[in-house]
Amino acid sequence: MKRILAGIVIALLAIAITPACWAETAPLSDGTIDTVTTSNMARLEAKIAEAKTSADNAKSSADNAWVLTSAALVLMMTGPGLALFYGGLVRKKNVISMLMQSFALMAVVSILWAVFGYSLAFAHGNSFIGGFQYLFLHGVGSAPDADYSATIPAATFMLFQMMFAVITPALITGAFAERMKFSSMLVFTVLWMIIVYCPMTHMIWGKGGLLNFAQGGVIPTLDFAGGTVVEILSGLSSLVAAIYVGRRLGYPKEAFVPHSMVISFTGACLLWVGWFGFNAGSALGAGSLATSAFMATHFASAAAVVGWSLCEWIINGKPTLLGAISGAVAGMVAITPASGFVGPMPAMVIGFLAGVLCHYMVNKVKAKLGYDDSLDVFGVHGVGGTLGMVLTGVFASRAVNSAGLSGLIEGEWKQVVRQLESIGISWVLAIIGTLVALVVVDKTMGLRVSEQDEIDGLDQASHDEEAYAYETQTR
Amino acid sequence: MTKIEAVIQPSELNEVKSALQAVGISGMVVIDVRGHGRQKGHTEFYRGREYDVDLLPKIKLELVVKDEQVEEVEQAILQAARTGEIGDGKIFRSRIDEIIRVRNNERGAEAI
Repeated sequence: MKRILAGIVIALLAIAITPACWAETAPLSDGTIDTVTTSNMARLEAKIAEAKTSADNAKSSADNAWVLTSAALVLMMTGPGLALFYGGLVRKKNVISMLMQSFALMAVVSILWAVFGYSLAFAHGNSFIGGFQYLFLHGVGSAPDADYSATIPAATFMLFQMMFAVITPALITGAFAERMKFSSMLVFTVLWMIIVYCPMTHMIWGKGGLLNFAQGGVIPTLDFAGGTVVEILSGLSSLVAAIYVGRRLGYPKEAFVPHSMVISFTGACLLWVGWFGFNAGSALGAGSLATSAFMATHFASAAAVVGWSLCEWIINGKPTLLGAISGAVAGMVAITPASGFVGPMPAMVIGFLAGVLCHYMVNKVKAKLGYDDSLDVFGVHGVGGTLGMVLTGVFASRAVNSAGLSGLIEGEWKQVVRQLESIGISWVLAIIGTLVALVVVDKTMGLRVSEQDEIDGLDQASHDEEAYAYETQTR
Repeated sequence: MTKIEAVIQPSELNEVKSALQAVGISGMVVIDVRGHGRQKGHTEFYRGREYDVDLLPKIKLELVVKDEQVEEVEQAILQAARTGEIGDGKIFRSRIDEIIRVRNNERGAEAI
């Protein structure tokens, strides 16, 4: 009897000193070791699962924080970044017009994006355009969309992409600056979003898109942050728009020099900072890929400033501030498709080449061809974007991004061919789509302001405002 | 009463002001202007195209003085504003019929 009692006491003590979770479930009636171990394991697994969930939540929060921050940075690129960059480059009488176009697109494109844009770009559809599942943001909420990113809410992805949709048509306003009707610009943008932007975005990034390498696209194309979608589309559409709308009065006899390089400089610096959101944010997470893209972006921009400025120094004898900031933009344009796939040294090469090539396009080729792309959207974004897309196929490395594809330097020369095919598709879509949109607006409401309005300036003609008012004081 | 208008190099404004103060002139109007005489201007580059900038920044001083001060004032300006280069500017002298001080209706030389 005493032995039995002692045994029970020992058993109770043993249970008492084990961890609480174990004690709760360890059945007193059945004290065999096997059962205890099995239930212990189950408990442990539950604990591990709990820890994993908690770690996933932490990662998800970190990713979400970075992508939301990036979305805000990309919005800052349009306003005030691009708006100031463009605003300083035009004449005093057209400053408000540039600021207003960018700002209006921040509002209007955001609404279009929520109503139909996101759906046409990112919902399930065919190879060329998305479907209608996400119309009015139906079903776009806090649950992640694993096709795009498993760790951030689908709504965050939608917001981030929205800022890209905002800046792309805003870039085009530089091509027809100082002569386009404000109302026509708005209608053109609505059509352009439907015909050009949404299809291209779907093809390159959307579920089942023709060029989407991550989701079994027919032509697997590397475009990390929008070399086709943002840069080539805006650049080529700008070329078509500049030619179709026609030259400004007095071009090219008069030199329409920037009215304030100070303002343009401020805008360009904001673009540089914002571009970290644009490219590093396109990692859609806060991990090391974001760092890699951030690094590539910065070094490409730096090398392009040097490239463009050197050209000016050698050819004209002096480097200009306008050249330096144009070079920065050209470098970031070219690195955009490559930023998540290349290391810092190839990024410098890409940036430097972009600085040199874009300088040549803007300073030599444009003058020869005679079109009036007022603020050189084609020369910088069209040409830089195309160069960047090609060089992405050259320098892409799976050592940098294991989820990517190999480029020429890793022996995959076919990737260059695929990049060229995608460039061709985006050029054709931009040219034809823009032409259609322009013809429709031209035939219905006209594109250009009257000659007198152009002479008076769009600030007064379109908005009845002055950027630099003549101040009269009253006591 | 005589009005003296002097177009000078912007870099010489402070010297000219001191020289005028030294001869007892305190009132003047200074205007930022652009223009050129024989000076050719210079070239600037914009997007690869060279263009001439021939309207150069200058400063224009306007002052009205008593007739007996004219010679002294003009000499002061000439000496202070001269650098010896093309583009140093010019002095224009003209007769003034009347001066009226807004505050108290003083007229003529009294109002200078």
